[in-house]
Amino acid sequence: MTEASLAVRIWRGGAEGAYREYTVPRQPAQTVLDVVTHVQRHVDPSLAYRFACRVGMCGSCAMTVNGKARWTCRTHVDSVSDGERLEIAPLSHLPIVRDLVVDMAPFFDRWAQARGSFVPSATRADDFARVEPASPARAEVDAAIECIGCAVCYASCDVVGWKPGYLGPAALNRAWTLVNDARDADGSARLQAVAGDAGCHACHTHQSCTERCPKHLAPTRSIAGLKRLVARAALKGAL
Amino acid sequence: MTPAAAATWRWLAQRVSAAVLAICVLVHLATIVYATGQGLTAAAIVARLHASLAWPLFYGVFVVAVAVHAPLGLRVVLDEWSGLRGRAVDVALALFALTLLAGGLHAVRTLTA
Repeated sequence: MTEASLAVRIWRGGAEGAYREYTVPRQPAQTVLDVVTHVQRHVDPSLAYRFACRVGMCGSCAMTVNGKARWTCRTHVDSVSDGERLEIAPLSHLPIVRDLVVDMAPFFDRWAQARGSFVPSATRADDFARVEPASPARAEVDAAIECIGCAVCYASCDVVGWKPGYLGPAALNRAWTLVNDARDADGSARLQAVAGDAGCHACHTHQSCTERCPKHLAPTRSIAGLKRLVARAALKGAL
Repeated sequence: MTPAAAATWRWLAQRVSAAVLAICVLVHLATIVYATGQGLTAAAIVARLHASLAWPLFYGVFVVAVAVHAPLGLRVVLDEWSGLRGRAVDVALALFALTLLAGGLHAVRTLTA
């Protein structure tokens, strides 16, 4: 009996590269990351790709699989392959370093521009902040906090593709968690940072980010929340 | 005004004008259906417009909403699809808004006054 195999097209090279085809043995419960790892270990060791945890925690293995951005470690070949075909490319909207590796710097630069860092309002000498777990603000944070920074949303967003300066879903989602954090002291400056032509108002509510987020977060909802907060601040003259 | 505040006001103006337009377009279409269904002539329609205060007010609001909404939408389209942005674009769009406003209000005045 012949072993079942999978024809895989993998992007090789930089922005001007091309797809190269490989044959990989089919395995039960095989993930897309397993396929890429097989190619690198058994077919072509020069293939560059990025991964770390293999269990959907680190957010480093996202790639474009059959045209859609996905986390490859938790994506089974069965769930994405139409028959026996698989096409794997680097993430969209980010510069390609080589093969399946993209430069994530522009993605994380957006987080910094959206003031995505916590700014404490208390010092270590103060007592612990008491945040009611059931409070509405805490519930908003809970709904958006599990982002692993994989950039699947960024690569899936049409507006990121059209508008190079757009902060993108992940950075705005991060900002939303912080403006709802009772301990944070950067609220007003953060609203300034996320408002504007390249900020939350540029979102077209296409919801590709929400559809593709492997953690099932809803960045579109977070961005809508920012639009409301920013609009209220503008009406109060506090922007 | 900070750039963030300006962008937020533009966004608010576009959303509010869109809500106004949604109602205006429905009323406008319903009026057309009514007028054609009743077989009203152009002369009869103009006569009714002249006799009313509500219609010039309604179409005045319609024109203002269009003059606010269209240039703001065009600004986003130009920005995202052609990369055209900046002060020159904003000045051109302000002139476009004034043209829509002047032309529209002139038409309303001509037909109703």
